[in-house]
Amino acid sequence: MQRVVPVRREARAVSGRLREERVTSLHGAGGELMGRFLAERILPKFRLRSAGPIGLDKLDDGAVVGLPPGRLVVTTDNHAVKPFRFPGGDIGKLAVCGTVNDLAVMGAQPVAITMALLLEEGFPLADLETILTSAARELVDLGLPLVAGDTKVMGRGELDGIMINTTGIGVAEPAISDAGLRIGDVILVTGTVGDHGMALLAAREGFHLQTELQSDVAALWPLLAPVLAEGGVTAMKDPTRGGLAAALNEMARKAGVGIEIDEEEIPIRPEARALSDLLGISPLEVACEGRAVMGVAPDRADAVLASLRHHPRGREARVIGRVTGDYPGRVILRTGVGGRRFLEMPLGDPVPRIC
Amino acid sequence: MTDLLLGPFSLRDPARARGLASLLQRYAPKDPVRIVHVCGTHEMAIAQHGLRSLLPRGVEVLEGPGCPVCVTPTGDLDRAVKLAERGAIVCTFGDMTRVPGTRVTLAEARAHGADVRVVLSPAEAVEVARANPERDVVFFAVGFETTAPGTAAVLLDSPPANFYVLSSHRLIPPALVALLAGPPVPIAGFLAPGHVSTVIGARAYRVIAERYHVPVVVAGFEPLDILYAIALLLRQVREERAEVENAYPRAVSEEGNLRAQELLATAFAPSDAVWRGIGRLPGAGLSIRDELARHDARRAFSVRVEEGEEKAPGCLCSEVLLARAVPTDCPLFGDPCTPLSPVGPCMVGVEGACNVWYRYGERPEL
Repeated sequence: MQRVVPVRREARAVSGRLREERVTSLHGAGGELMGRFLAERILPKFRLRSAGPIGLDKLDDGAVVGLPPGRLVVTTDNHAVKPFRFPGGDIGKLAVCGTVNDLAVMGAQPVAITMALLLEEGFPLADLETILTSAARELVDLGLPLVAGDTKVMGRGELDGIMINTTGIGVAEPAISDAGLRIGDVILVTGTVGDHGMALLAAREGFHLQTELQSDVAALWPLLAPVLAEGGVTAMKDPTRGGLAAALNEMARKAGVGIEIDEEEIPIRPEARALSDLLGISPLEVACEGRAVMGVAPDRADAVLASLRHHPRGREARVIGRVTGDYPGRVILRTGVGGRRFLEMPLGDPVPRIC
Repeated sequence: MTDLLLGPFSLRDPARARGLASLLQRYAPKDPVRIVHVCGTHEMAIAQHGLRSLLPRGVEVLEGPGCPVCVTPTGDLDRAVKLAERGAIVCTFGDMTRVPGTRVTLAEARAHGADVRVVLSPAEAVEVARANPERDVVFFAVGFETTAPGTAAVLLDSPPANFYVLSSHRLIPPALVALLAGPPVPIAGFLAPGHVSTVIGARAYRVIAERYHVPVVVAGFEPLDILYAIALLLRQVREERAEVENAYPRAVSEEGNLRAQELLATAFAPSDAVWRGIGRLPGAGLSIRDELARHDARRAFSVRVEEGEEKAPGCLCSEVLLARAVPTDCPLFGDPCTPLSPVGPCMVGVEGACNVWYRYGERPEL
């Protein structure tokens, strides 16, 4: 007994301090502490909390969502980015943008989003606060309500800090697939490629690289909504894992057409190119988180390009190539020095845990 | 136009590249010619920039035995695996862990409990030895004249007693001679590797030009460096000259890096060595000198391995390494042989011709 008491007191003191600053198992245990945690630390972060009669505030088993006319589009993503805070954003912003962008490149206006948090015991609450604040800021900008959520706490070492799952629902009229390319279409990108992957890589421990490069993470819907109204988009994709190379190959394969790309026309920031040369990783093979690549009917290309460039997130939009009947399912790259080669589907993203 | 032959200035400039491409057409040979380079970095630059599609019809550029990982013989791999299985810590460069020996790869040996570690430099392997004084630490050393001075430097810098080197270092000039002396493949000229040449100097290739009457041009690694060097080679062919020309003077001198050469000569002696896919070549390997024998893994540990060559049926790696075939000639290329499930060593090493062609989409038809 004599020995136990001081140890207990010490343990209580430590856990009391931890409870203030860090995630503990009780935060996800469904009891009083979890209720307070949700009500005080999570829910107030989000200003828009319903898209119908039952929303987040009701803490019901599900949300009831009213939909505008059109086809329902659903998408879900797990986000496990490392480091969780990176130049240009963090996992909170990424979790919202990643899901909204998947809806947007389907041609869908986002209607509601859900968010499930997986937290490692000991994760600093201040970091969680930052992450939720940046997610909430994106949602307010988009006018998008968070209608349902879940929080689970994993034991130490069972998870690397934090994972976020987001599910988005949207409405498209019409929906755009990534398989609709037609011979003669023009291929456009909405901005510079490779920024996200290269910025993340530079930010990782052990590289000690000083760079001004920032992730391009951003929501695409405000940029794409006017473009879709313009008409003429035949196929669209957001080049995330595997980058532009993977997106183009997938689009060529699915449509059974060839794509010819001019390397010189692909917008790449000098910082991204420098990092790419240094690390031996192609900027065409790493993820973007705020870009779209699309096929556009040739007679609509000028209008679509003008519409993209009118928006701040589309200033650097560029025509990078065209769809051909040669080499169906393959992407041909005309290199900067005038040579030709296939741009292959990457074997895997050279940068793991990117989104 | 001929001022282009004064040298490359902006090394990826499209206008200059077009200029060099039309100059290449001007030097287009009457008969087909085969140019051989021996450098993975050259192969990557050629493929990445699609340079083959800019060459005149009839001009082929092939990678010979330019990938150190690819030419390391199975006997040495088996030796490294056995040392690891016996309890030594085996340190080596990343690619080497994935190359199949006769039985297993070093990575597979590691999966079964052997202590195999990937290092970025010989010095890192020495650190492993210092941190584990009770264990034997073997640095499995591969590479050409570019990496061998680093191994020599740690051998000569009083490494700890538990540090050993398994030298599989190889020398480039004797391999070039061997390519010429082998069964008849008419090689019209060599592009000499820029990195190796910074160490051994342009003069190291004189024997090729003078004794075998084959032109050699030392080449850098930017697209215009390579196009320029090929133009110089084609001009020599057309003018029936055989000389050593240095198209990479901003990095390579006539005599090379004398300090590195001295390190090599102090730590190593040239010896006959097996090149995977090619066979035993006189004077084309580096053995550790007697004075440093206590750090030589070959002499410190008696390990029995077969020196024979294991080859997967159908694999054309030997032909590729001898510059007699290109990767797409191989029936296994792409299916089933890919970088994720390589059959032969040319698909394992990231500098191997098959690996480069697969990743960069290099195809002769383009």
